[in-house]
Formats: sequence, structure tokens, C-alpha cells
Amino acid sequence: MILLAFLLQTIRIAIPYLLAAAGGVMSERVGVIALGLEGMMLGGAFGAVLGSYYGGSAWIGLVCAVAAGLFVASLLALCTLRFRADQVVVGIAINLLVIGATRFFLRLAFDSASNSPRVDGFGGEGSGLGVMASFSNPLVLLGLLSLPALWWLLWRTPFGLRARAVGEKPEAAATLGVNVGALRLRGVLLCGVLASLGGAYLALDQHQFTDSMTAGRGFIALAAVIFGRWMPLRVAAACLFFAAAETLQIQLQGIQLVPSQFVELIPYVLTIVALAGVVGKSVPPAALGKVE
Amino acid sequence: MSASASPRTDGWPMRAAQAMLAPVLAVAVAMVVGDLLILTYGESPATVYHLLLEGTWGNWYGFGQVLYKTMTLTCTGLAFAYAGRAGLFNVGAEGQLAAGGFAAALLGLWLPAATPAGLAILLCVAAAMAAGGAAGAVPGVLRARFGASEVIVTIMLNFVLLAMLNYAVASHLSVPETLHTESMRSGFVPRLGGTFALFAGSAANWTIVIAVAAAVFAWWKLFRTRSGYELRAVGLQPDAADYGGIPVPHTWIRAMVWSGAFAGLGGINFVLGYKHYYEEGFAAGSGFLGIAVALVGRNHPIGIVISALLFATLSQGGLAVNALVPKQLVDILQAVVILAVATAVPEVQRLLRKSAAALMPRASLEAST
Repeated sequence: MILLAFLLQTIRIAIPYLLAAAGGVMSERVGVIALGLEGMMLGGAFGAVLGSYYGGSAWIGLVCAVAAGLFVASLLALCTLRFRADQVVVGIAINLLVIGATRFFLRLAFDSASNSPRVDGFGGEGSGLGVMASFSNPLVLLGLLSLPALWWLLWRTPFGLRARAVGEKPEAAATLGVNVGALRLRGVLLCGVLASLGGAYLALDQHQFTDSMTAGRGFIALAAVIFGRWMPLRVAAACLFFAAAETLQIQLQGIQLVPSQFVELIPYVLTIVALAGVVGKSVPPAALGKVE
Repeated sequence: MSASASPRTDGWPMRAAQAMLAPVLAVAVAMVVGDLLILTYGESPATVYHLLLEGTWGNWYGFGQVLYKTMTLTCTGLAFAYAGRAGLFNVGAEGQLAAGGFAAALLGLWLPAATPAGLAILLCVAAAMAAGGAAGAVPGVLRARFGASEVIVTIMLNFVLLAMLNYAVASHLSVPETLHTESMRSGFVPRLGGTFALFAGSAANWTIVIAVAAAVFAWWKLFRTRSGYELRAVGLQPDAADYGGIPVPHTWIRAMVWSGAFAGLGGINFVLGYKHYYEEGFAAGSGFLGIAVALVGRNHPIGIVISALLFATLSQGGLAVNALVPKQLVDILQAVVILAVATAVPEVQRLLRKSAAALMPRASLEAST
């Protein structure tokens, strides 16, 4: 029973990571740095609550979340792909923009500076009904399947082959008739959709939007992408591992083997270690961040 | 092509005008976005902008607050620009700034109260810069030795540094019931209000002079010393610099250490000049805003001081308009400015190149081929 509870909570924490990290893999595989994940998630969370509250259904919330994610992703694509602005700078600015914009419109939409009123969500979360209740939320299944599906998309379809070629050697892909710009745009937009669904899960699971509620989860997802070496299944394992560490920390709160702050640092420290190549080096797609 | 064929790139006034084109464009775009946002709240843009100016440059208290914020933003802007000149992204100014403030506060607490004021300030400044520099050295070394992306390492290191500092303060160093350390015993920098009564009540303090001095120092180092020349050469074209005998990895490490030191220096504004203790979360996004400051200042120390003044005005102005529209209006405007500058700079450069080529006399074109 304890094990089941541990597993369920791990999955619950992992879903936003899995969805956002799937977006991150997609974006970085086509050569666009996924620094805007945090902003896309937060936009998705805000859209989900806005849609659920005013539309009266979590499904409308999902539609609004995806619309918000697509909007943020389009803005990022416009700046980096059309105008070739620096991807690092744009990614960071996008995050600042969404944090500011969601706070700004929070007062207009819900007359509050810090949080929205309660929304219903999909129901069933956190109840004692066990596995089935959690799966009544379609995002749980979607989250669990997203990275395996992305693996299939990237390694078993013509689209995937072209996408990876664009991220590794765009000149070669272009020579073979691949439309590099269009493919990158699709990759970034798909990233926006996936990340916003991650944010939507977070908001609907907590039944409200709170100021800056993603709280760095986009960067944890990015950490998982790097730690998983841009390979979808490894990235999924990294997300689950990060989530399991968090769950362990929550459940062992009373015991205090290590200060809780240090457990939260696991994803960040592991990413730095992975990049430094102490245990097997993480090498990004060759054309990552270069649009010319 | 000969330099005289394109007189538009000659002389610093022309270059300055060209450099300012993109930022001016960006501010104009941000103003339009701001208008639309203000209209969503049913307020008049003119009223809101007027209030914003009045609350910042319209009275001495507001102006003092602007100067206070200018200090930190100048330092974090210099941090981003200094690494940027070497072709590196230091996204870690937020953590380096906090580390600098923490080190200064601890040293000020540890030094006996009888320490001569000048010496105490000097030591605290050195501590802040050393802590920031050490935090910057980590991504620098990882980049130079292992080729690890300094963007990702600095982002991740922000989380690590802030969590460790918070832990240290919360569980060992804080005054009970608060999130800050005990007050320092020495190393105070007086406020401007002590000398000019007009500034009374505002947080503006004499560390602003240190920030301006740091900008001058950065300018001198970048443009008047051999190491600065090497740093810029590496930033422009690492392979060519390497061929020319410049040790590229060492230059990267040096650039990141100095970059971190500039960010760390920003910490003394809050700690030595204002509150006299380290408090959790005092950096409050100033590290990230430094990126905006450096972009608008076009990575030039003088431009950065001016641009820091602009962003400080926006930050303080947000508080002034909060009654009409949420103060996050300025957060959006700041982000829009970053996006617009980042987008406009390559575009403007392409246009300038195109028009220069179109205007160039046929004869000089033929001569150059």
C-alpha cells in the first residue's frame, strides 16, 4: 500500500515534467533551445484555469491551455526563426513575459493579485480510489505516453528523420529538399502544445492558478532533457527519477535525513555533472541554437 | 573594401547613433504594447505614463529609489555584458548577486565594530566580488575544460546557489522569526539622504558611485588593456583568436570570473548601503534583468549605466501606477524590450549592411574585387 501510494504520487509529480520534457526534446531535436519551457507551462496553466472557470469545463480549459501554449511558442518562433534573434535571450525574455503577463491579467480575470478561484478539474485526483481514479484525468495517460510516442515519432517516421537531420546538420537536410524553417516551426509549436499541457495538468490538479505556480518546473524538465541526453526514453526515466526523489523527500519529511533543500537540488546538480561529462557526457544536437 | 568608402561607420557619434537605433525602436514597440495593456484595464495610457514619470523623476524620493535600483542593475548588466564580449552567456547573475551580498553581510558581521570604515567597506566589497567571481568561475571552468554549455550550467547553478544560501540562512544564521541575518557591525555605506536632505527616506546610497566606477573600470579593461583585447577577440571569433596565439579556454575562465565579480558587487547595494544584512530573495530578479540592461546598453559599459537607469525607472514606475493597473505592467514592458532589441539588432544590422552595399560607389566595389 505504501509502495502504491509512493508510485501514484511519483506519477502525479512526474506528469508535468514528462509533458514539458517531451516538448523540450522535440524543440531541441529540431535545433531550437528549449529555454522557454517554463513560460509555455505557465501560459498553459493560466489558459487551463481561465477556460475551465469561464467555460465551465476542464476540456475547454485544455483547449485554452493549448491555445496559450501555441501563442507563446509562436512568439518564440517569430523572434528566433523569422528574425533570427538569439535563442537564449528570447527564451529567457519569454519566461519573464509570461510571468508578468499572467500576473497582470490575473487581476483583470479574477480580481486577485495572487490566485484564481477554485476550478473543478477532471476530478478523482488524490482520492483513495487508487489507480483508476488518477487515470480518469486524460492528461495522466497523455503524459505517460508522450515520450514513448515521441520516440516513435522521431525514430520511426519520415518526419522524425527530417526533424533530427534539421537539428544535426540543417545544410545537409536542406540539400535533400527538407524545408528547414517549416520543420523547426512545427517542432517549436509542438513543444508549445506539450509544455502547455504540462502546465494545464499542474493547474487542474491543484484546482486553481497561483502566481508563478510552475516554480521552476520548466527548468527541471529541461534538466531532464539534458540528463536524458535528448533520448526520449532516457528523458522519461530522468523525469520519473526526479519525481521519485521529490516524492521521497515529501514522504520522509519527518525524518530529515538530509535537509529538504538539498533533495530539490538533485536535478540541477545532476545536469551540471552530466554536462561536465564526469559519467558519460551529454552532447546536444549539433545545430542546437544555430539558425542561419 | 576600403574604410573610407563607407563613412557611415567612421567616428564614434555615427557608431553610437547606429547602436542606439535598435534600443530606441524597441522602447517604441514596448510603449505601443503598454498602451494596449493599459487599455485592457480601461485606463488612459497618457495618465498612466504620466503617473509613471511623476513617481520616478518627478520627486526626490522616487528619483532616489530609481538611483538605488540603478546600482544593482548596472552591476548585473556589466556582468552579462562582460561575459557577452567573450562570446559567453552568463545567465547566473541572480545567484552570483546573492552570493556577493551574502559574503559581504557575513564579513560585515564578523569584522569588529572598531574596524576603520574605509577598510571595512573595502574588505566587504572585495568579499562580494570574490564570492560572485567564485560562483562565476564554476561555469567558466566547466566550459573551458569540458565544453559544458555555460547557459545551462549558470541557470542550474542559480537554483543550487540560492537554495544553499537559503538553507544556510534559514537554519543557521537568521534572526529568529525572520529570513535575514543579524545586522552587520561594520562596513556601512551611508545613504545619499545623509548628505543631500532631498533624498531623505529613499534607499539611494553611495554604492552607486562604486557601480559607476565599476562601469568605467570595465570599459578600461575591455577597450584599453591587452587582456580586454584578447577577450573581445575570443568573443568575435574564437578560432581566429586561437590561431593568433590567444589562450581561448583561459580567456573564457577569466571572463566568467570577472563577470561573476561584477554581479557579486551588486550585492553591496542592498547589504552595505540599505539594510545592512543579507535577506532571502533580495536579488528579486535583478540578475535576470541585467540581461535586458546589457542588451539595451549594447554590451558597452557606458550604454549599460544609461540603460540601467531606464530599467530602474520602469521598475520603480510600476509601483507608482499600481493603483490604476497592476505593477506587472512594467515586467511585461521589460520583457517586450528584451524581445524587441534581440529581434531588432540582427535585423537592423542586416538592413545597414544592405544599404551600405547599395550606396557604395561602383568604382570602390570594383576596386575591392
